[in-house]
This record gives sequence, C-alpha cells and structure tokens, in this order.
Amino acid sequence: MSASTTGDLTRLDASELAAKLSSGEVSSVEATQAHLDRIAAVDGDIHAFLHLNADALATAAGIDKRRAAGEKLGGLAGVPVAIKDVLCTLGMPSTAGSRILEGWIPPYDATVVARMRTAGLVPLGKTNMDEFAMGSSTEHSAYGPTHNPWDLDRIPGGSGGGSAAAVASFEAPLALGSDTGGSIRQPAAVTGSVGMKPTYGGVSRYGAIALASSLDQVGPVTRTVLDAGLLHDVIGGHDPRDSTSIPDAWPSFADAARAGLREGAVRGLKIGVVSEMSQENQGFQPGVLQRFNEALAVLEAQGAELVEVSAPSFDYAIAAYYLILPAEASSNLAKFDSVRFGLRVPVAGGTVEDVMAASREAGFGDEVKRRIILGTYALSAGYYDAYYGSAQKVRTLIQRDFDAAFASCDVLATPAAPTTAFKLGEKIDDPLAMYLNDLTTIPANLAGVPGIALPVGLAPEDGLPVGIQFMAPAREDARLYTVGAALERQLVAQWGGPLLAQAPTLA
Amino acid sequence: MSEITPDVVSHLAHLARIALTDDEIAKLTSELGVIVDSVAKVTEVATPDVPATSHPIPLGTVTRPDVVGETLTTEQALAGAPETELGQFKVSSILGEEQ
Repeated sequence: MSASTTGDLTRLDASELAAKLSSGEVSSVEATQAHLDRIAAVDGDIHAFLHLNADALATAAGIDKRRAAGEKLGGLAGVPVAIKDVLCTLGMPSTAGSRILEGWIPPYDATVVARMRTAGLVPLGKTNMDEFAMGSSTEHSAYGPTHNPWDLDRIPGGSGGGSAAAVASFEAPLALGSDTGGSIRQPAAVTGSVGMKPTYGGVSRYGAIALASSLDQVGPVTRTVLDAGLLHDVIGGHDPRDSTSIPDAWPSFADAARAGLREGAVRGLKIGVVSEMSQENQGFQPGVLQRFNEALAVLEAQGAELVEVSAPSFDYAIAAYYLILPAEASSNLAKFDSVRFGLRVPVAGGTVEDVMAASREAGFGDEVKRRIILGTYALSAGYYDAYYGSAQKVRTLIQRDFDAAFASCDVLATPAAPTTAFKLGEKIDDPLAMYLNDLTTIPANLAGVPGIALPVGLAPEDGLPVGIQFMAPAREDARLYTVGAALERQLVAQWGGPLLAQAPTLA
Repeated sequence: MSEITPDVVSHLAHLARIALTDDEIAKLTSELGVIVDSVAKVTEVATPDVPATSHPIPLGTVTRPDVVGETLTTEQALAGAPETELGQFKVSSILGEEQ
C-alpha cells in the first residue's frame, strides 16, 4: 500500500475505518501501521504518547487472521486505540504520569482495557496526562507536557491532554480517558475533539488508578459523536469487580448517536441553558460564548426549545471539588508506599517510614504534594466538619440544582471550557487560575451525571477550538449522544467538513 | 483567614509521609493558605439542614458469594515490588531503635 493511501487511513473516523476493515478493503495491519507511521512523524512535536505498544502490529495481524478465517468480530475489531496512562494494561507500563510509577507494569488489565481487547481493538500505546490526573494542561506530567495540535505552544487540556491530542492529531482514531472534574471534556474542548464522561457507575473503574473514587469515571475520546458511542458500547456496562458499577442494562449509545443523525432528531427537545454558566462577566472568553450561542441557535433552528434554568449552587462547585478531591486523593495515594510497587528511595539506617517519606518526596510532583497535603488538612480532626463535611453538603445542593433543572428540560448546555487553549507555562504557577479551567465540567462529576463535550467552531479572536458541553440526568447518557450527533451533523455541514480538517497538518 | 503555618504544613507532611524540604514547606504554606481561603466558601451554604452526599449514585452494599475468585499468583503480586525475599515483600525495619 502506498504511503499516500496509508496516510489517508489516519484521517478516517473510527466508524469509517471499521467499515473498511469489515469489508476487507483495509487490513488491521495496514490501519495500525498507518497510525504508527503518523505517530512516528508527528509525536516528536505533540508528545501525546508515553509508551508505544510493541505488540500492536502482532495484535492487528491476529485480528486480520481471525477475520480471514470467517470469525464474527466486534464492530470496532481491528481499529487502533490509544489508552490513557491512568489505566492498567498488561504488557505496557502504567505510570499515571508519575515518576513514582515509572516503568511499572501492572499484573492485570483494567476492565475497560480487557473489554477492548476482547472486542478486537488494537492498543497503540499509553497517553500522557497530568500526574495522577491532577491538572488541566498536562504540564503536571512527570514526563513533560503534551502540545496542542492546533498550536504547539499551547496546552492540550488536562488531565487527558495526551488522549485528546492523539485523536486530534490523527495519531489514533479512538482513545480512552478518565474524567474526575473535566479531564475528558476540557481537553476535548481545547483540541476540537469529542469527549464523553458517562454517568458515574456506567463504566467500570476497575484498574483505573484512582484519583477521587466518588468522582472518577472512564470514557471515550474521539473525533465524532458516533465514534464515542461505539467505544462507549464496548467499554460500558456492569462490572462485578467495581462495587460502584451500576447493574442496570444500558441502551446502545451508537444507536443513540445514529438517531441524532436523522432529520428532526432534536425537534421538541428542551435544552436548559444554565444562566450561571453562559453569560458575560462569568469568566468566559467572548469567542467561546459567541460560538456557544451560535450552536444553541443551530439547535433551535432544528426545532429544539431553549429554556433558561438557574443552578445557583454551581458557584460553589469548584470550592467543594477542591476539598473532596484532595481528601479522597490523599487516601487513594497512600498506596504508593514503596513497599509493593513503584519507586523506593533507600535511606541508610532508616525505618520503613523514613523510606516511605523519602520515596514519596522523590516520586511525587508539586501538584500531587499540594493536593495530598490539602486533603490531609481537610480530613484532619477539627477541620473535617468545616471543610470536608461542608463540601459534601454542597454536593447535595448541586444535585438538587440538577434535579430542579431537569424538571424543566431534557439536557443542560454550557460551554465545555471557559477559554480556548492557553499558552504552556501561562498558569503553571497559579493553582487557583488552573483550577478555574474546570468551572463548567466539575458539577457533573459532583452529581454523577453524564456530560459530553464536542466542538462548535473556532473562536474568532484566536482561531482556536471551542467546545460545548451537554449534560443529562444520571443514566440518560443516550440523550447526550443524540443531541451531540444532531448538532455535529449541522455544524459539519456548515463548515463543509469536520472542524479538525482545519487544524495544521503538522507533518 | 486560614491557619496554615509552616508548622501545620510540616505536621501534615509527616501524616502524609512525604519528606518535604524546607523550601517546599515555605512554598506550600503560602499556596495552601490561598487555596484554603478560597475553598472555605463552602461553609456559606452548608447549613445544618442540608444532608451530606458522599456518593453520587447510591447503590447500597454490594456483596458476592464467598468463594475464591480469580487471584494473582505470588509471582504476579511480587512482580512490581522494589525488593522481595522468600515470596514476600521486603522492607527495612518497621520500628526505630528507640522503640
């Protein structure tokens, strides 16, 4: 196959590539090689990957062989996929972007990874992230930042900037992310890609290195809404190994996306516009609000009804989040104790506790230390009720705001991030400014409801991608795929092609 | 105003088993002060009548039959350990000399 043809394979959506694989027009080896070539060509600039899977081509060849033998394979069989480094993978290091886990190879696969392997997807490698998913820019990765494919001097979002940059730079058609406060959706917004945080409990967390267990959720990172639905169908559903996994059956999210591609899909749909998160003087860049409002107008023209809703407690979401998350993280990260896995720094004549403290000092980065200390403070006697206890009450208030809002609408809409991608280094020394990047995404994590981010154009002032976020009631993820696909269809028609076709070609 | 002092940070670092340097303690003291002052706004609305939510989707206690499931072999469990001996994790002394 000629270089120009294999190059084209990286431009296909996962659904298109899957169709060519299924028909035999393209082999998985060809598709996988095309993506490995693309990675070799551009990842020196992007740095989306921390590790490449040495077995990728062998895995692809195995899929081709099974297909040739007439075996019935899953819909995405043979399609390459990138995996956020927070997910445990057999045979590949899983560092969560931390020095403390450098080179660690887990003895088991995360459930989502195992499900993808069973479905015949081909892991390309592990993607970069802020250390233990703490950050909004990937600048807190111990292995250096990822660069935004739209402008290499800018951040790709975080914590899952590696996964978002990988799909946005055509290094992978699909990727997996994890979202604790926006780590799937905010990177999607600033890279012009699609990111979905499922309902809490909708996708197994088994084998996802925990940041904040009551907030974390694994989800798809893709270039189209349909592709996200296809991947969600593969990874989602009940897992007995995760006691927070919802046991109910789920509808097909690919079908929900396809329903959105049909004429009249959003007719009569009530879209709640959150008044606390859609106005000027609320921290939004003007071009972000402009594209957001234009996207809502597109949906209105398609027959959707816009409803203004108020969610006053959302103003307290970031404060609650930065108590709950550090509290849970300080507990979850206690396991990195230099005993069973990870870094050990010897201390001559020291006790195991001295070794532990020296190892954690050397192995954790600044942001991780900051949050562990903050969480330890929030949980300490005398402060627990005032901080952690109050934050949990705010969580109740935010859930009530969602309940009240969904009484008058089917989905909620906000910008997916307050600004377009900022410059690398711009906010690294100002934790509070960095935390504001997740202004609109955090409420969904606190309430456990699903949220999807997708591109709605380029901000006029800087030519960088803007994302919209839709949220739905818990367990109603399907609505997000339908409204997302419906909007995407109209916008792609307006643009004359996908937004990412306008991104720099890089190589 | 928060009550974050270098002594508080030093104590927290000990509880969290992180051997922070003096420079780190100084930096964290000022940073945490700012962050704690900012997040303290949760107390404005957390009135006594509001119940706490610890978990977004309550499921109740999840159990399974008490039978042996899939487990790791000793070799697998020890594969990532910094130091092992006789099929066990090896660490330096648990107790200091004064104990």
